[in-house]
Amino acid sequence: MDTIITLDNVSFSYTNIPVVRDINLAISEGEFLGVIGPNAGGKSTLLKLILGLIQPDKGNIKVFGKSPGKGRSRIGYVPQYPAFARDFPINVLDAVLMGRLGESRWYGGYTQEDKDIAMNSLKAVEIDNICNQTIDSLSGGQLQRVLIARALASRPDILILDEPTANIDVRAEEDIFALLKQYNDHMTIIVVSHDIGFISGYVDRVACLNQTLLCHTTSEISGKTIEELYGAPVKMIQHAH
Amino acid sequence: MTELFSALMNYSFMQHAFIACILSSIGCGIIGTYVVVKRVGFLAGGIAHTVLAGMGIAYFMEGSPLVGAVIAALFAAIFMSVVKLRWKQQEDILVAAFWSVGMAVGILFISRTPGYSVDLMSFLFGNILLVSKADLLLMAALDIIIVSIVFLFYKQFMAAVFDEEFARLRGIKIEIYYTALMCMVALTVVLLIQIVGLILVMALLIFPAACAAQFFHSLFKMMIAATALCMLMTISGLSIAYQPDLPAGATIIVVAALFYVISIISSTLIKRRQKKSAVY
Repeated sequence: MDTIITLDNVSFSYTNIPVVRDINLAISEGEFLGVIGPNAGGKSTLLKLILGLIQPDKGNIKVFGKSPGKGRSRIGYVPQYPAFARDFPINVLDAVLMGRLGESRWYGGYTQEDKDIAMNSLKAVEIDNICNQTIDSLSGGQLQRVLIARALASRPDILILDEPTANIDVRAEEDIFALLKQYNDHMTIIVVSHDIGFISGYVDRVACLNQTLLCHTTSEISGKTIEELYGAPVKMIQHAH
Repeated sequence: MTELFSALMNYSFMQHAFIACILSSIGCGIIGTYVVVKRVGFLAGGIAHTVLAGMGIAYFMEGSPLVGAVIAALFAAIFMSVVKLRWKQQEDILVAAFWSVGMAVGILFISRTPGYSVDLMSFLFGNILLVSKADLLLMAALDIIIVSIVFLFYKQFMAAVFDEEFARLRGIKIEIYYTALMCMVALTVVLLIQIVGLILVMALLIFPAACAAQFFHSLFKMMIAATALCMLMTISGLSIAYQPDLPAGATIIVVAALFYVISIISSTLIKRRQKKSAVY
């Protein structure tokens, strides 16, 4: 399988304290990668580096063989927190249509085709019934689905999600991961999560990030790896999927 | 009232004043909406006050104060976007500094202008009854520029004010759109200075859109409603001011503020009623 994202010896720091150090990672097409690690372990920073929102101090990143700034148009990104004000006067459909930027024509409003694609993305996450509601009326789970639909609307080859289930209940969490598993058929998926036991039932490979990176296939994850990563024993819960 | 109508029929300065209200309301409604949803009222205020520097320098050099105003406003707009995009941590300090230094420079140049015949008050508080035909043409031109830019790049501006990070990921050059938006704020400020003067500009940029935001939940509807409200506010303010010979700019602002208070009260009442009917 083709490698579509490579990180080669990447380091980054906001001040003089390194956030991530000497990261080497190759992500293949069609993979479902889980990124786990403690708070402040650099998970979101890693995503921002791949998306080209920040530049590495050292090392090299390629997305589809290009710089992140050029390659990222083929990535759909679902942020951990919405970066917008919840009281912004916009409805669900218009928010999702944003995903069509860069794909749509450059002038005027969105086309009917854009609207059809956005509606299909809303159907895929099962919230097409609320397309006319304003975003301030949504629940946490609905808002999360809006963010996923917006990422899907650009018809990406890679979907990157940062803690997609941090603000929603367990049932909605299972729904979303089941949905992602389905999308994994034709999309590479990278998901950051704090819930190690949970995501191991879905992902192909786990990247454990605490400044530096350790990669495992899911079967290799044991209490010992987790203890190394978090520096303390973590209660493991068996998930059977 | 009849006196107002006869003035409107007979005097070209009254006709100009009414047309000026309508023309400035177009830019005001559209750009005011962006200012309100993006919460950059303070930056707009900074731009407005910097305009005095441009007008003062233009007077000193015996140029057109309006051209000076446009140049200073655009210069301030570019500075404000750099502040917002690059030096966000010190935003309040930098904007406040620019605000007062802009005014200080303007006052210095005006005081040094030979003959000292400049009416400072009309810069600060506007003089809608002195709007000339050339001013109206310039206002119409600024409106056309604003409307066509917003129409062409509606998607991009909406994305840029709604979610900067995501827009950037979708290939939108945030720096360009943000600077363009600030420049349009600057042009609108120049439009409105004719009506209410630079000190009161902020109120007219914010009140119509803030009223509209109480009742409309889409950017486009807000723009239309804010434009209509701005026309209503400026024309009724001007009409009220005419007979008792009150300062028009100040009257317009007080009227606009009253509209805002009424809109808040009525939207609260509407929401309360909706809640009640939802429960029972």
